[in-house]
Amino acid sequence: MTEAGGKASINPWVPSAGPRTAHHRSRSDNRPAARLSPFVPWEDPTAEPFIRIENLSKTFDGFAAVDGVSLDIFQGELFAILGGSGCGKSTLLRLLAGFETPTAGEVVIDGANMAGRPPYERPTNMMFQSYAVFPHYTVADNVAYGLRKEGLGKTEIKERVTELLELVQMQDFARRKPRQLSGGQQQRVALARALAKRPKVLLLDEPLAALDRNLRERTQFELMNIQDRLGITFIVVTHDQEEAMTLATRIAVMDAGRFVQIGTPTEIYEYPNSRFVADFFGAINLFEGRADAGDPGRIICAETGVPIHAEPTAGQALPDLLFVAVRPEKIRLSREAPAGEGVTVMHGTVEDLAYYGNHSVYRVRTDQGKLVQVSSQNAHRSAELALEWDEPIHLSWPRDCSVVLTQ
Amino acid sequence: MRRGGRSPTFLFSCLCFGFAFLYVPILVMIAYSFNDSRLVSVWTGFSLRWYGALWENEQIIDAAGLSLRIAFVSATLATALGTLAALAITRMGRFRGRTLFSGMLAAPLVMPEVITGLSLLMLFVSLEGMVGWPSGRGADTITIAHITFSMAYVAVVVQARLTAMDRALEEAAMDLGCRPMGVTFDIILPLIAPAMLSGWLLAFTLSLDDLVIASFVSGPESSTLPMVIYSKVRLGITPDVNALAAVIVAIVGIGVAVAGWLMARMARAGRLD
Amino acid sequence: MTARLRRVRVSPGAKLGRKSPAQRKAAALRRPERLWRRTVAGVPYLWLLVFFLAPFAIVMRISFADPLIGQPPFTPLYDETQGIQLTADNYRFLTEDDLYWVSYLKSLRIAGVATLLCLLIGYPMAYGIARARTVWRNVLLLLVILPFWTSFLLRVYAWMGMLSGQGVVNKALLALGLVDQPVQILYTDLAVYLGIVYTYLPFMILPLYATLERLDDDLLDAAADLGGRPRQAFLDITLPLSVPGVVAGSMLVFIPALGEFVIPSLLGGLDTLMIGRTLYDEFFVNRDWPLASAVASVLVLILVVPIVIFQRFSQPDRETVR
Repeated sequence: MTEAGGKASINPWVPSAGPRTAHHRSRSDNRPAARLSPFVPWEDPTAEPFIRIENLSKTFDGFAAVDGVSLDIFQGELFAILGGSGCGKSTLLRLLAGFETPTAGEVVIDGANMAGRPPYERPTNMMFQSYAVFPHYTVADNVAYGLRKEGLGKTEIKERVTELLELVQMQDFARRKPRQLSGGQQQRVALARALAKRPKVLLLDEPLAALDRNLRERTQFELMNIQDRLGITFIVVTHDQEEAMTLATRIAVMDAGRFVQIGTPTEIYEYPNSRFVADFFGAINLFEGRADAGDPGRIICAETGVPIHAEPTAGQALPDLLFVAVRPEKIRLSREAPAGEGVTVMHGTVEDLAYYGNHSVYRVRTDQGKLVQVSSQNAHRSAELALEWDEPIHLSWPRDCSVVLTQ
Repeated sequence: MRRGGRSPTFLFSCLCFGFAFLYVPILVMIAYSFNDSRLVSVWTGFSLRWYGALWENEQIIDAAGLSLRIAFVSATLATALGTLAALAITRMGRFRGRTLFSGMLAAPLVMPEVITGLSLLMLFVSLEGMVGWPSGRGADTITIAHITFSMAYVAVVVQARLTAMDRALEEAAMDLGCRPMGVTFDIILPLIAPAMLSGWLLAFTLSLDDLVIASFVSGPESSTLPMVIYSKVRLGITPDVNALAAVIVAIVGIGVAVAGWLMARMARAGRLD
Repeated sequence: MTARLRRVRVSPGAKLGRKSPAQRKAAALRRPERLWRRTVAGVPYLWLLVFFLAPFAIVMRISFADPLIGQPPFTPLYDETQGIQLTADNYRFLTEDDLYWVSYLKSLRIAGVATLLCLLIGYPMAYGIARARTVWRNVLLLLVILPFWTSFLLRVYAWMGMLSGQGVVNKALLALGLVDQPVQILYTDLAVYLGIVYTYLPFMILPLYATLERLDDDLLDAAADLGGRPRQAFLDITLPLSVPGVVAGSMLVFIPALGEFVIPSLLGGLDTLMIGRTLYDEFFVNRDWPLASAVASVLVLILVVPIVIFQRFSQPDRETVR
């Protein structure tokens, strides 16, 4: 991509200048206001939601697949719905697309109530998990399908198809049949086809599940780029927490047909609101305890023998039984006992260690018998702390790394 | 599965015996069609005289023509009805009377022909008494009877394909703005076309082959090929029927070979294209 | 009713600032959709009601009528002067005359034995095909299916030539010195067994092959790995897992064989009384429509059990081997 600079900058497949993280999304040039301030419309109480899901339920033979969920999604968001299999996330997506009719509740997209509207009358398009590329049409005909159904003129369709195939870098494959394409190429066709009608909302059902690891990472960035460039609201359903974290502006974690937590990736990872969410997002250590009546910053924990320091929760009445969650990478290992205000310290022996290249994972049995998982970055070739099996060791973490969970 | 199990020689001899059992009678029948003798079981010399006799036998030629016409019409209509039925079963969700419908659709597959034939005749007679149609019986009533039992076979074949099809394809079409009827024509029909073709061929063969049902519902003027053959062989073996059998086997053989060649070509074209 | 409900549900959208012409257009476009939906299910449904279910009802009805000389040759069920006329005479006659008892029982026996014979020949064949190399498998399968496409009637006829006094079979028996003079095979029960096994063998092989082919190789390897000898592995693994195929194949042979007409009438003797043939004769020779209808009704009743078994085992969504 060394041609004219202008062209290169349009190409969405080349990551745009500067590192992007999911949490600090820069908007593209056509939205100057958004570029200057971070894109956080959900924090703006005056912002009008683009998609309003209200009390939506879907019951199959008495089983509530989606159980009264409410959610606001804003224009330009890349929203992820995350959950295990059977949590209702796919049903929710199908309710949005119009493939299922809700048992109760409603969906409003851009001010229009979707009740009673079949899929072919909705401003949404979907990219299917199986891609569902029509096997008897060529790539170009696949992309043109929705436009033909819209009744567009021939030349306009042709232009649009060319444009879209360029967008997904499939212009050389326009006359191919789907069976001559690889899975990744089929996915690009499916994406171009779903984008062809310029939907208000693009629904993506497990967009990366069928790709192998390398392709997955690349496609992930490409999806983000396209979304960023076109400004279309994306709703992604996934079971992969890593995928959700890297892709999304916000994530809704779903379990048993309900949302457990809705928030930005950082919020959900660092401040899970329940053991379910904490557990869902990577490894976590959970300690059972109760609040110290005298000191709101101390959690008395029978399992560890030592009290755990946490941020005092002002004004909040804590129940008798609560949990402290600590991420493995927040815990420090040291041979000498560390000291400091508000630092939780435990002593134990290394029971197991695993080397993963970029980081290592240790499992430490505390003197009280609790197994704690610790991970540390291998920033240097030879780890400063070459630990051995059965070596006695101190664990410690500062109080702001303790997350107190009440459920 | 390829490995394990019994000794290969045992299985091999079973296969040899089985295929000999399936094919020797047909081969013997064809061989005797070239026999010069009128006595079918005594070989007197090579001759094509029975083929000549067959060609001149107007009764057989006419019956064959009638059978082909009936088979063509009934296979075509049975394919249409069977495809609709398969669509209804697999794509219309629950509708009132669905259980009865699928029962009626499956029953002709196992119903003895004598019962199907008898009951259809009773229907035609009763209908004629009540509404004056069909007046008498003939090619039309045979065609209706053949449609009725062969549409069940078409439905089974098409249904298998429809069940195996990815539903997301139809949903994708609808998602892109296509109405359900359009989905049927844009997506479903092109994709089940091969199954419809095999269904048509099956229905065609079943119709050509049917003796019992046709005997019940035919009129005096309309004798299908199996009916003519049956009336000839009921009294014993006749060499011109051997010749007819040889001709039919040859046609089927050529048909299968051509179909195989076409399919292989299509498969190759699909891969390279 | 549904139309009104739908219109009510759409209206909030209209209030939220949606143009109504588009919706009116949509509603207009939905009308052919509804018609299409009705056609898809309705046309074949109607066809089967008229040409499949109604005939049965009529047969049932006629089986309760008295025979009559005339057209149609039975008494009307309803008469203006006499009201509803039902007679169980035909059924009573079925129990009284030995002919029908013998026919039903003989049909059951012949169909049952022929099914067993098909299983004995078909199982090793299906197993052999399933174990053959992939290239061969398709050729062998084609060879099994091929006779299907040639005329059923002519295949039965082929056996008439084979089994006649001077046919190939007798010549072979004489040449081998097994018999001194030609034996009567044609026009006996034996010929009927041969004919049924011959024509229905593919119906047995195909479902058996389908289940055997799906069997996982690893299962047999696991059995061998755990110390099972091949014979034992076959009995412990293959045989039990192929039961659905055995049942489906057996029913596919048994049910049509029970009502078979062509084979007993061409290959059987005068005493090979199978019910299909008895029914055919009752109808065409004796022209006793009510009695033929009664015979048919009883046959349908007999068939209910095997048909239900067949449906149970051949449901495609119930894959037992996986």
